[in-house]
Amino acid sequence: MHLYDDLQDNMNQLTNVLIVGVGGQGVLLASELLCDVAFLSGLDVKKSEVHGMAQRGGVVSSHVRFGKKVYSPLIAAGEADLMLSFEQAEAKRWIHYVKTDGWAVINIRKLVPPVAFLKEMNYPENPVEDVRKRHEHVLAVSATEMAQALGNVRTANILLLGVVSRFVELKKENWEQAIRERVPKGTESVNLKAFHTGRSLQL
Amino acid sequence: MAAQFMKRILSGNEAVARGCYEAGLHVATAYPGTPSTEILENISQYSEIYSEWSPNEKVAFEVAMGATFEGARALVAMKHVGLNVAADPFMSVSLVGAPGGLVVVSADDPGMHSSQNEQDNRTYAKFAGYPCLEPADSQEAKDFIADALKISVEYDVPVLYRMTTRVCHSKGIVNCQERKEYPVIGFQRDPKKFVVLPAHARVRHQWSTERLDKIRRFAENTSLNRIEPGDPKIGIITHGVTYQYVKEIVPGTSILKLGMTYPLPFNKIRKFFEQVERLFVIEELEPFIEEQVKAAGIECEGKKYWTNLGEMSPDVVMEGLIRAEVISKQKTVVKAEPVIPRPPVFCPGCPHRGVYYVLSKLKTVICTDIGCYTLGVLPPLNAGDTCVEMGASIGVAAGMTKARKIGKGIVATIGDSTFIHSGMTGLLNAVNNRSAITIIIMDNRITAMTGGQYHPGTGKQLNGSETRKVDLAKICKALGAERIKVIDPYDLKQTESVLKEEISLDELSVVITNRPCALYPPENRKQVCEIPFRVNHDLCIGCHACLRVSCPAISESDRLTEKNKTKSQIDTALCTGCSVCAQVCPVGAIQRIENR
Repeated sequence: MHLYDDLQDNMNQLTNVLIVGVGGQGVLLASELLCDVAFLSGLDVKKSEVHGMAQRGGVVSSHVRFGKKVYSPLIAAGEADLMLSFEQAEAKRWIHYVKTDGWAVINIRKLVPPVAFLKEMNYPENPVEDVRKRHEHVLAVSATEMAQALGNVRTANILLLGVVSRFVELKKENWEQAIRERVPKGTESVNLKAFHTGRSLQL
Repeated sequence: MAAQFMKRILSGNEAVARGCYEAGLHVATAYPGTPSTEILENISQYSEIYSEWSPNEKVAFEVAMGATFEGARALVAMKHVGLNVAADPFMSVSLVGAPGGLVVVSADDPGMHSSQNEQDNRTYAKFAGYPCLEPADSQEAKDFIADALKISVEYDVPVLYRMTTRVCHSKGIVNCQERKEYPVIGFQRDPKKFVVLPAHARVRHQWSTERLDKIRRFAENTSLNRIEPGDPKIGIITHGVTYQYVKEIVPGTSILKLGMTYPLPFNKIRKFFEQVERLFVIEELEPFIEEQVKAAGIECEGKKYWTNLGEMSPDVVMEGLIRAEVISKQKTVVKAEPVIPRPPVFCPGCPHRGVYYVLSKLKTVICTDIGCYTLGVLPPLNAGDTCVEMGASIGVAAGMTKARKIGKGIVATIGDSTFIHSGMTGLLNAVNNRSAITIIIMDNRITAMTGGQYHPGTGKQLNGSETRKVDLAKICKALGAERIKVIDPYDLKQTESVLKEEISLDELSVVITNRPCALYPPENRKQVCEIPFRVNHDLCIGCHACLRVSCPAISESDRLTEKNKTKSQIDTALCTGCSVCAQVCPVGAIQRIENR
């Protein structure tokens, strides 16, 4: 694996990124930001998710696609180059969207839904291991702890996008610009720090 | 540089708003409804356009209708089922026309992401004799507004602007332009046109039939419908977002993309048919295009391979093409594994929780309505027995009561915005016919489910400016209700004793809850928040009573009791301190943080 600091020539191909998590985790902000980076890179970009229940602890998934020309706003199952999951069980729910040679980046975070106590269905014992059994390329990241260490737990999402930036061919400057423009005023530097921490993670 | 500046990433709904701005729109109205809500929210940011939330879709339609009668360029937006509410003016204005221009946005919800049905509203265009435009992405969602207004003015006809959830909520890059101004012509008095007396209407029906013939000729030549020549082996007629999936799955094939799906350009379709060996119609939901193409004697295949249920996707398009033996199976996709569901629940601090917790214990029939509180139906609360459409709760409760003869004890639960939308006439009827039902108005002072929109009970207009705030208790009183109680839904004891008493009565009773939404508007959130609670693990006995109030802030912890039951824990970052869980804890283990 190597860092893509320069745009390569193969931009005719589409990049499909699926971002998943639980309502309230910031999935939509992360996908907005990724869209911005693709846009700033001069690419065509589309993004799709369903609103409505997002803030109420429901399942949230956002499809981001970019390249020379994008038609469908949705990624077909088995076509995602990369999945970023903010939560362990959600990674298991969506892993079938990832290409055989695609990557799953998973935040080591468990959010057990309130209905779990009804025992109709259990929260998986070890979702990351379940994903590993099905899929070769899995990267589990303790983003929440790392963000805490940086002094702002809310930067975990940006840190994860830093990890994502290793896998997609978009310029570092465009990432930095998009982060500066999207994050709350006053948190630019800590978010950029989080981004670089994720980007320089030993893989 | 300037060109770059005018390129933006917009959702379909934002693009419609931008299109309205550019096309010189004057007036826009709506009642919120997913997936259409953001259209008006975005239009309201353009000071050049007058915009309002109306109390329901029928009124919204009528206000837009008045504007077009005045010669203004008008738009009304609603979700698909909203058009059922507005169907009366929608159908009848066909005979009048839309002199200033009128665009009726119907945001359909294939797949029912947040709706009670998935009706295909293109049918309404045919029903009323209106042209139907269907944008396929954000760029078209913006551009087609200008086309729709042009058609509307030129043919004196309302235009049905049919969007779907996927177009409304997907984002893409849009080229924006400057606004073009148009004058408001002013009302031209003409009773034979604007007053549809039977004698006038008969003449107008003839006129509207001739109008549709003219639009048919337009459909043949408009660039809204375009043939994309390609491999002649198969030809695909498609529309809306389905076009994007087709382009993705079979690039290079011959496509007839219909931007205007009613009336259909049959000559163009015939020409396309002759160019290809096998003709398919791939469309989302009903075989609206397919049936008409077949009726015109043109051979085609469609719903034979693609279901009329649910939302289209690249996978659905591909599977149909495999069944039709157009493409061979290319990949084996691993199936999804079942993972514990995350049904939406009431937010922490939601005022509905206390009421539904009490109702779940009262063992009575609950006719509920459309809004956040419909979630009370889901486990573990399981409170709610019927829910059909906006405002139905009161009428249904009344009907059940009458059919039972000894009717009492049936409860109707309805939100403030839904009550104003279409619950008031139900109450009036229940009063008039002496229905002994208990109506609970869950007044959280906002239209919450759609993301926090103002309504006449909030005292604010769409643009945030202050206005007269109507008092729900006074409305109920004016409608003839004599027993009206106001309760605090955070107080379980009071809520339970009041509801028990009201349900036992032989007369109609209205109970109004008095706590605001914990989420909207965001500026209120701080007021809602009190000191959060925590679980004292020395006291917790692992009975899970607190989990039964269904709060996202409460979960099982890793700590076990002596009997190996999990103790509960509270996420203090989520807890708003509403105290409902503390009230149900039998051992007082849930305590405010200050007690630590």
